[in-house]
Amino acid sequence: MDAFALVPWIVFFPLIGLVVNLAFGRRLGEKFSAIVGTLAVLSAFVVAVLQLLSLQAHPHGAVVPLADWINIGSLQIPWAFNVDTLSVTMMLVVSGVGTLIHIYAAGYMHYDVRYKEDPGSFTRFFIYLNLFIAAMMILVSGNSYLMLFVGWEGVGLCSFLLIGFWYSRNPDGSKGLLNSQAAKKAFVANRVGDFGFLLAMFLTFWAFGSLSFDQVLPNAASVDPRIIMAITLCMLIGVTGKSAQLPLYVWLPDAMAGPTPVSALIHAATMVTAGVYLVVRSAPLFGAVPEAGNIVAIVGAVTALFAATIAVAQNDIKKVLAYSTISQLGFMVAAVGIGAYVAGMFHLVTHAFFKALLFLGSGSVILALERAHHPLDGHHDEHHDDHHDEHHDDHHAPFDPQDMRNMGGLRKQIPTTYRVYLIGALALAGLPPLAGFFSKDEILTDALHANMLVWVLLTAAAFLTAFYMGRQIWLVFFGEARTKAAKEAVESPSTMLIPLGILAALSVFGGLINVPVLHPFTDWLEHTLGHDFAHATVFNFGVAIFSTVLALIAIYISWRLYGRKPLAAGEADPLQQRLGFAFKGMQNKWWVDELYDAIIIQPYRRLAAFLADVVDWRFWHDWVHDTLIGRGFGALARFLAEPVDMGVIDGISRGLAALAKGLGRGFSLLQSGYVRNYALMVFFGVVLMIGYLVFSS
Amino acid sequence: MIPVSYYFALSAILFSLGALGVLIRRNAIIIFMSVELMLNAANLLFVAFARANDALSGQVFVFFVIAVAAAEVAVGLALIVVIFRNRQSIDIDEMSNLKG
Repeated sequence: MDAFALVPWIVFFPLIGLVVNLAFGRRLGEKFSAIVGTLAVLSAFVVAVLQLLSLQAHPHGAVVPLADWINIGSLQIPWAFNVDTLSVTMMLVVSGVGTLIHIYAAGYMHYDVRYKEDPGSFTRFFIYLNLFIAAMMILVSGNSYLMLFVGWEGVGLCSFLLIGFWYSRNPDGSKGLLNSQAAKKAFVANRVGDFGFLLAMFLTFWAFGSLSFDQVLPNAASVDPRIIMAITLCMLIGVTGKSAQLPLYVWLPDAMAGPTPVSALIHAATMVTAGVYLVVRSAPLFGAVPEAGNIVAIVGAVTALFAATIAVAQNDIKKVLAYSTISQLGFMVAAVGIGAYVAGMFHLVTHAFFKALLFLGSGSVILALERAHHPLDGHHDEHHDDHHDEHHDDHHAPFDPQDMRNMGGLRKQIPTTYRVYLIGALALAGLPPLAGFFSKDEILTDALHANMLVWVLLTAAAFLTAFYMGRQIWLVFFGEARTKAAKEAVESPSTMLIPLGILAALSVFGGLINVPVLHPFTDWLEHTLGHDFAHATVFNFGVAIFSTVLALIAIYISWRLYGRKPLAAGEADPLQQRLGFAFKGMQNKWWVDELYDAIIIQPYRRLAAFLADVVDWRFWHDWVHDTLIGRGFGALARFLAEPVDMGVIDGISRGLAALAKGLGRGFSLLQSGYVRNYALMVFFGVVLMIGYLVFSS
Repeated sequence: MIPVSYYFALSAILFSLGALGVLIRRNAIIIFMSVELMLNAANLLFVAFARANDALSGQVFVFFVIAVAAAEVAVGLALIVVIFRNRQSIDIDEMSNLKG
């Protein structure tokens, strides 16, 4: 069976869902919007599965042209879909995890729109989500760098829209503009990266004369390596923007301002992995210049460790996961940097499972607290005021349902969420036999063979990963409830729990797709990447045991600190006195935002102020406009009005009038009224005429 | 046969008399008669040349002139009668109302 021709529908289904919701969603209500949005993505998933089945028969895939786009001389860029094992892997992850997150969002957003007092936004949310899926599909299925860039910008736009989804609020729910600023920050940081990607594309076109993968990638060896070096480094800038690596990662933690399903879908599972996908797709380019690969690997590994240290000291449940995501993306980038493309993609897939699970689980936790803190159901609303006075004295006091210090003991209140969250955390910590173990171990093994420094950095990051996940589990689910809301937390509805369950199962068994010895995923990607870039990693017991023991030690330390004697309400973090200044640094994110503020934003503001005040206002407005143009024009107008108009033009008409008047007065003297005068004039006239006729001939 | 130059001379004398009459006299009737004199001077020349050149067109012109002169007399005398009724005078020097 060959279903390649169906592949455009992975983009069209979400677009149809989007259009239907746009036209009817608001009128037909929440259920309709949710079902349409979810079905659209589910249909795309079915199409992706059909591609998977077709690829079993024809593993080298196909390019499915859909329409002409750019046709200028030798530059021909059609809108074509590239179906191969790599792109279909991404399609399956995007649409599969996307479908689960849509289902979850139907439950989550039902409450969220009510807490934010804007139920009409429910449909808007699903419109954005479908738009995101469509853009992401264009990104992964494009057969040229330009089509990839179209999707790249599309997902960037959706990311912006969804981070700023509650654009008139702050992340804590109060009125304000912080969400909008977070969205802006994400957009601007991504623009910096996009600029690098654009330069890479220009260079690619200049060097190869084409942008399509099948013309660029096979010819990598025939181009000057220095040019390829430049291309790959520019691409790296794009990767650091989109995949949140040093130094452009700063937008991702702030992106947690978006609703939690967005954090799971866009800022953990799919969009941020686009950079990794780009590097894997460009494997022949990166393979041609090992130095570029090394730089990529170092960037990834340093990011992995750096972000992990910050995650250790965060108190916001989503911020921990955000820094964890940056750290795990660092793992992937490091992997593809050292040439372990399969390991990177493998980790991308498993990470999509367990990080989506963790984010959705954190959403469930947050919602549980929020619902306990101020219930939504009708009964409470009717007696709102009494209720408020009697029980909820802290109703309007600032309460952050995302702060882990407000949680504790939740395993008793929300047992299902606890179980799936635990699975996600253990998978992230890399304990066997969960999904994260296999993928992380494959990266570490490859790193050990390729680059010792990268291995050391990544192992340290893995240690911290296990530690901060342990800390989070102890803080959130164990010990005693530290607030009233935590004591009364309410388990989430089944629309949210079922996707969590499926993701938990995937997090447990996801490692099997590239289980050691058999390596099915390696063989699968080899059809696309070729043998040079897809080598099976020999399972290394030493690395596996070492990293597992490290993870267990980290979890033990976290138990010593947070589990054995649970944190009491208002108590300081036990790490604080042990680490002192380092903890302060971690908690304040190593002051990177402040650093950027000082070296980029403030000088930029000063430049903007200078441009606005001096150049625009004083020079351009005051001097050029007011003085030069305004006064000059006034003088010209006066010149035209007084000498030219009043003197020359009026003079001509007045002169003509005077002339006519004078002539009239003169001729009126001839009009004597005496007939004989007239007769005499006629007589002389005739005499003159005859005289003329007689004497002129 | 009398040469054409004789007619020419007579016609010139008649025309000059008519012109002088129009320019000098004040009585409207006299001026009118002088105008007729000039017309007939022209008629005389027409006829004389027509006869000398054996061409009939000159004679036809004269008929037209006589017919138009008759119509002119009718209109002109009527005007003079009306003027006289209004002013009891036909001295044209008194009629200078159109002085500019």
